[in-house]
Amino acid sequence: MSNEKVLEVRNLSKVYGKGCAKCFESTGPEHNTNICPHCGSIVAAHDISFDLYKGEILGIMGESGSGKSTAVKNLFFDEMPTSGQATFFDDGKQYDLFSLNAQQKRHLRNHRFGMVYQNPVLGLNFNVSAGGNIAERLLMSNLTNYSEIRERAIELLHRTEVLTERMDEMPKNFSGGMQQRVQIAKALATNPPLLFLDEVTTGLDLSVQAAILDLIMEIQRENKTAMIAVTHDLGVIRLLAGRTIVMKYGRIIETGLTDQILEDPQDAYTQRLVASAL
Amino acid sequence: MSIQPILEVEDFSKTFMLHEQGKELPSSHSVFLKAYPGRLTALIGPTGAGKSTVLKGIYRTYLPTSGRMMFTTKQGQLTDLATADEHQILELRKEEIGFVTQFLHTLPRQSTEDVVAMPLIKKGVSRDLALEKAREILGQLNLPERLWAVSPATFSGGEKQRVNLARGLLAQPRLLLLDEPTASLDPKTTDRVVELINNLKQTGTAMIAIFHDMDLVERLADDVVELAPPIGTENFFNSDTNEVATP
Repeated sequence: MSNEKVLEVRNLSKVYGKGCAKCFESTGPEHNTNICPHCGSIVAAHDISFDLYKGEILGIMGESGSGKSTAVKNLFFDEMPTSGQATFFDDGKQYDLFSLNAQQKRHLRNHRFGMVYQNPVLGLNFNVSAGGNIAERLLMSNLTNYSEIRERAIELLHRTEVLTERMDEMPKNFSGGMQQRVQIAKALATNPPLLFLDEVTTGLDLSVQAAILDLIMEIQRENKTAMIAVTHDLGVIRLLAGRTIVMKYGRIIETGLTDQILEDPQDAYTQRLVASAL
Repeated sequence: MSIQPILEVEDFSKTFMLHEQGKELPSSHSVFLKAYPGRLTALIGPTGAGKSTVLKGIYRTYLPTSGRMMFTTKQGQLTDLATADEHQILELRKEEIGFVTQFLHTLPRQSTEDVVAMPLIKKGVSRDLALEKAREILGQLNLPERLWAVSPATFSGGEKQRVNLARGLLAQPRLLLLDEPTASLDPKTTDRVVELINNLKQTGTAMIAIFHDMDLVERLADDVVELAPPIGTENFFNSDTNEVATP
């Protein structure tokens, strides 16, 4: 890891619903809810701050509904935050993510960010072939030459161990693990410096999970890609993440080195979570 | 001129707070120790004295409850490991501080030589060269060559320990923490380990090691620090030592 900062997130909050002045003070771990009792709005995330460095994998861990995916969705522009700042550092330039216009956001999404969703339906276009999915992303960047695009697609599928003989098939014909590999190949197409992984191995067979996680670690080592891995799986956290954030009811309740979080958790909730590992 | 310590642990204490049980568990109490370049500091004391806790505290796997751990980096910067930024700790683990634990956690699909070579590869050494060096040290530690290409998952305790040692020694950190590095080794292999540790000392690596075998302390240690269990917990471990840790 180098000391180059890739992403800086400060006080990110996301409220679903109209919201009221009492939303934040009446929700969170100490109230055991993320639903505001005054207006019924859902505080999905509040006051999320962290830094991400080049080549680092940051784990975000928590149960369903803890808000761990919300943070990532906001950073990838799938949703807009209610408040907060995020700065992306790229090639000597800085981008204030939440004040960009639609075109600038599209540019970052297509060129500089990659996203792998738990559900391949969200990350892949099921109406075009596996190779076509990758070509789509390459076309949105600067590559326009057909044979160059095809060559790069083959290279990426090869890298993610998808049989290139099947690159002209539709993703629906693929197994879940294979769809996930195509999604990763697509996300990597533009060599993005920042990759978001949202429960990428959830629901896959153990052997397939292992292969996908190995692939992710290899990418980290070779490309020095910074990644945020959202997961509820302690095994994934242990394997991938150098640092880990623990979330509950939309708040960060603990953050630290992954081995410290797992061996010396400070918060009562994290202690319970770690103690319930298989 | 006397040599300067690379690490100075001052009044380190660690108490675990177990929320679910509503209990506090004292583990290490008021530990002082120093580690010097090219020297080995042995940590001794009865089970329950918190020896491993001190090493895990220095490595920041455990968050110290109190105390300072002043480490002098390669660049000469004085850093308190107890409070240093997490990114800095990760960087120090990669470049300067190594830890050989009693246990080896590896992926069952990773070969022994890959496991040993990984810290070098992460440091930027080419894969081929890292593997070459890994094989060299595995040979020096008497690990049979037929085992190098398979995963250590099915290895015996002594074999796993050698893999762990090979990985830790190969990285040549500036500070190496060793938790009972020879606990399950035969006398012949132990001799090899003693030799390798002495070689590493010659290169200037500072070491802090936990030993139970006084013979090894005699052979390897330049400084000895004895720990006693935290006050109030001595009886749990039927210990007869009540000495307070001295630097």
